Amino acid sequence: MSGRRDRGLVRPYVVTNGRSEPTRNTFDLVTLVTAASGRPNTGLTPEQRRMVELCAHGSLSLAEVAAHLRLPVSVVKVLLGDLVDSGHLLTRAAVPRAQLPESQLLQEVLDGLRARL
Amino acid sequence: MVFAPGSETLTLPEAPAVSYLGEGVQTAVKLLITGHFAVGKTTFVGTLSEIEPLRTEEPMTEAGALVDDLTGVPEKTTTTVAMDFGRLTLSQSLVLYLFGAPGQQRFTPLWRDMTLGALGALVLADTRRLEHSFPVMDLLEEHGLPYAVAVNRFDGAPEFAEAELREALDLLPSTPLMLCDARDPASATRALISLVQYLLSRTDQEPA
Repeated sequence: MSGRRDRGLVRPYVVTNGRSEPTRNTFDLVTLVTAASGRPNTGLTPEQRRMVELCAHGSLSLAEVAAHLRLPVSVVKVLLGDLVDSGHLLTRAAVPRAQLPESQLLQEVLDGLRARL
Repeated sequence: MVFAPGSETLTLPEAPAVSYLGEGVQTAVKLLITGHFAVGKTTFVGTLSEIEPLRTEEPMTEAGALVDDLTGVPEKTTTTVAMDFGRLTLSQSLVLYLFGAPGQQRFTPLWRDMTLGALGALVLADTRRLEHSFPVMDLLEEHGLPYAVAVNRFDGAPEFAEAELREALDLLPSTPLMLCDARDPASATRALISLVQYLLSRTDQEPA
């Protein structure tokens, strides 16, 4: 059996070294995550390594990272905080709120939805 | 969950393939698809999502939180809350996530995560149990999250005139109400369009 089958059975707070709060509190479910290139994975825990490897091939939202790793969102936030601090992962704020008026954003959403009909 | 005979390996469903976002995607927004148990939230998300809908589960840690209806799942003793979500890329730079969650999860961090920063919510309702929608709508109002209501059509469910539905659901005149079929992509898309039009109209009314 592949190692994947064991993944859901790790006690969540073992992988975060007992912590339940991330080092920063700015992560949203739709914060976009991608790996920084060229950082060696040495010294990472298995879960941190899986997370970096998952994000090495493109961007995903935090929620997608949690689902693919089969880890709770709360745990992924902690891991993400560490990996951003260490320079392994990069995040893009979900909505650059200060830069984009809400009405413009909503109009873009509306246009995108209408184009699907 | 199934234990394979003669093995101690726990068999989990195959993980969906990873589908990465387009390289130009700069902005991600989210809408909540909510409503009471078995109203069609997961169906709605699955109908519109470009990826196989994903699920995350969170161990439940806060007293007072309720899990979804466990009827018919007598062996289930774990206390986790789950959310299903899907994704729609709307343009080269913009992606929309749809998060489906029952309102019973109100006290959980997951509910907080879903509502925080969400543009708005679509409340799915079922004419056979309209009153079950009240707690969800109350909750959204408490959070200040604007919403529209879509009556999900179920075969054999009673049909009512719009005015009757509005009264039964105690909706504000400005709250959009529509019928939809959560299984039909065009119908589900139109429901989201009505919601976003409403959200947009609210921004027009706010002082610049």
